Amino acid sequence: MKRFKQKFNKIALKLIIAVGITTAIIISIYSYFNLHSQNDTLLSEFERHANQLSNTIIKSTRTSMLANDTETTHNIINTIGEDKCIKEVRLFNKSGEIIYSATQSLIGTMVDKKAESCNVCHSSKRALEEVPIDKRSRIFKLYPDSSRIMGLMNPIYNEPSCWEADCHVHPKSKKTLGVLDITMCLKEVDKAQEESTVKLIVFALTSILALSLLIGFFVRKWIDIPVSNLMSATREISAGNLNYSVKDLGNDELGILGRAFNTMTKKLSEARMQLFQSDKMSSLGRLAAGVAHEINNPLTGVLTYSSFLQKRAKNYPEIQEDLNVIVRETKRSREIVKGLLDFARQSVPKKHKVKAREIIDRAVVVVNNQLVLKHIVLERKFDPDLPMITVDADQIQQVFINLIVNASDAIENGDGKIIITTSLTNLLPYGMTQIKTALCPKRHNLIDNDIKIESMPTIKLKAVTSKSSGHINLDPIYGKNRHQYKLQIEPGKDIKASCPRCDISLINDKEQCPKCNSLIYTFESPPYGMFEGCTNNNCDWERWQAIDEGGQKTYVKIIIEDNGDGIQNEDLSRIFEPFFSTKGQKGTGLGLAVIWGIIDNHNGTITVESEIGIGTKFTILLPVT
Amino acid sequence: MYDILIIDDETVINEAVTKIAKSEGFKIDSCTNAIDGLKKLEKNQYKVTLCDIMMPEMNGFQLLNEVQSEGINTNVIMITGFSTVENAVKSLHMGAIDFIPKPFTFDELISSISRGLEFYNLQERIKNSQIGKDDDTIIYVPCPPKYMKLGNTSWMYMEYEGAAIIGATDLFLRTIESLSSVELMAVDDILIQGSTCSTLQTEDEMPHNIMAPIGGKIVERNEKLLENFSLLEKDPYFEGWLYRIIPADIEYDKKYLTPCSTDRV
Repeated sequence: MKRFKQKFNKIALKLIIAVGITTAIIISIYSYFNLHSQNDTLLSEFERHANQLSNTIIKSTRTSMLANDTETTHNIINTIGEDKCIKEVRLFNKSGEIIYSATQSLIGTMVDKKAESCNVCHSSKRALEEVPIDKRSRIFKLYPDSSRIMGLMNPIYNEPSCWEADCHVHPKSKKTLGVLDITMCLKEVDKAQEESTVKLIVFALTSILALSLLIGFFVRKWIDIPVSNLMSATREISAGNLNYSVKDLGNDELGILGRAFNTMTKKLSEARMQLFQSDKMSSLGRLAAGVAHEINNPLTGVLTYSSFLQKRAKNYPEIQEDLNVIVRETKRSREIVKGLLDFARQSVPKKHKVKAREIIDRAVVVVNNQLVLKHIVLERKFDPDLPMITVDADQIQQVFINLIVNASDAIENGDGKIIITTSLTNLLPYGMTQIKTALCPKRHNLIDNDIKIESMPTIKLKAVTSKSSGHINLDPIYGKNRHQYKLQIEPGKDIKASCPRCDISLINDKEQCPKCNSLIYTFESPPYGMFEGCTNNNCDWERWQAIDEGGQKTYVKIIIEDNGDGIQNEDLSRIFEPFFSTKGQKGTGLGLAVIWGIIDNHNGTITVESEIGIGTKFTILLPVT
Repeated sequence: MYDILIIDDETVINEAVTKIAKSEGFKIDSCTNAIDGLKKLEKNQYKVTLCDIMMPEMNGFQLLNEVQSEGINTNVIMITGFSTVENAVKSLHMGAIDFIPKPFTFDELISSISRGLEFYNLQERIKNSQIGKDDDTIIYVPCPPKYMKLGNTSWMYMEYEGAAIIGATDLFLRTIESLSSVELMAVDDILIQGSTCSTLQTEDEMPHNIMAPIGGKIVERNEKLLENFSLLEKDPYFEGWLYRIIPADIEYDKKYLTPCSTDRV
């Protein structure tokens, strides 16, 4: 029952039933009226035919009547009366006496003037003398089960030849001489009517059925199937399968609905992904905190006792040595746990001098198993004469581990190869160095953390031109000139720059741009002295004396390249953003953002080049100080 | 009269601390929850209280609050396994005199305890001087009125907007005996409020960590200190500064600082 109800509740079925009922009603009404008019036409045709016959009889008996030849008249009437369909032919005079009849026994009898057939003329006291043709006929049944019969009265009017005839039977004063009454069976007509009724009913039923089927077919194709597709999609979504998408449902409203549904699911899935990631990060943070707390307590036991013992065992060098190991290793564990906490909140680098190759070697040891399992060959091309770099070895190690793991993840089929190259390179600070501090003469901070260029905070200046005023965000990289203008600028014109907070002028009024003679803005970037630049947006002149005086800076260049899948071009610019991941469910999307943060904290740079199908190459520059 | 009370729900830590304290000749008492600890503090006199932060029923911060509001005369040192700088800063701000992250070594524990005990002695001398005795010596130099400090450990002074100098308070330095060396971080290093910004070594090889009063980037360090660390003791607020830094978020950090104009022990 429930199942039936469910079926009945479907839109498609409801539509089919509604349309079926409507067509049935329309076709029934149409058939009814059609049948009626057909019957009427048939009857009036028959009536006309009967009338004609009646006139023919009158005309054919005329000669014998005029000659008062009763015999011939009888014969004619009898002959006509023999016809199967003609039941009766009677001719009676004005007083109602039957004079001629196909049935001999009726001759001489009187007609009952009160009979229904006479009503047409004799309903009032004075009989009508002229009767319209359509009123002359009457339809009746002799017995209830017999077929219908039509009776037709035809008055015979007086005319000159009648009263002038030799017999002088009819005087001139009479208008109507008598009536010819024929009764004919309607068997043929009834049969034809019956046949056409059956035909119409069959036609009506067939067309109702055919229409319903046709509508059913289209309703199913256009409504039922798309709707049930959408239904099953909503069921999938509510069950949590956000990857489910509705297949193309065409271009009608349901198709649009389907596409809107897919967009919605995609958005939902993205939102869930973000939520999932931030949730993952916060639970990672909670986990780190929990682990730190739980592990730190037993570690305290170990460290306090071992360091206490270390103090007391000063006179026993052989024990002392072992104790030193215990204390050192426990302290290392402490750093690892602290690293867990720091991971959640990128910490300050603890820098000391190390060899780059040592850090790389240590990182390789950690990931070596994974490389061996995936049959990836790791090639190290180290420059043997590299100077030491001042870095936080643990953090830089984390960078290399992450990059090698990323590289091995990108390699899917065999013949994987990762090459790590180190070399020394000298670079001019121009185009490399980041402006990290900026102060106006009144010591206001000009660094704008809201607007960033390549994830680096910009320097915000207030700018006034002759026409408008607004802000400029300067490119933090010395010499790159990718400034962002938040006002209308006229190319080639000077801009007056000032501190956005105290409005003190930042224009250097003693000097002009050596390239284009425009005004120069200047601000302090402690501890590296004054930074200067041209206010003309067409001019790229910038000067940072303290940095330039340092001359070429030496960097250790470390390249990690793989022959993996590569990164899509549109993803390349975003891979250092937090939560950007190309690994789907596998990655947290934090790896490269953390790496970028670490390298930046070391005043270094990291760049990426990649080509689909060929591989990816990360280049890290770390300053040698 | 006890020297130390240790409150920690981990018995192994209680035992270890007790053993170490006793070996150094301190009189120590212990308990495993803050409620018992508070009862003990109300009953007996303890110069220093070592208190864990994360404990069931009543946590270390709640105990610290009670100690402050009831005016119990003890110097609280917080110890915790959840060793974030936020907890360190919060502890000092709430009136603790020090914060030791777990796990700690013998040296770290003893250096902190010894500072706490010395601080207690200083307080006693101040009290005595206030009631008329012992008034012929300067016990400590309070930090100048325009300065701000984190607990009683370190101070900072905004030279101008965008730059600040930081250093250690005289109170902190006076709890340390016979300095032997000063370790400083490098220029360009980033400081976080509450993280260790400098370690002072004493002649008995004890490390004493100074917590950074504010976060920011070091732009200059007092190189003179490395040659002549006695500057630190002689003039801790001017010549003995540690770093000049560009604060990262001074408004945020200031919430946990106390103005030196109210610098009274």
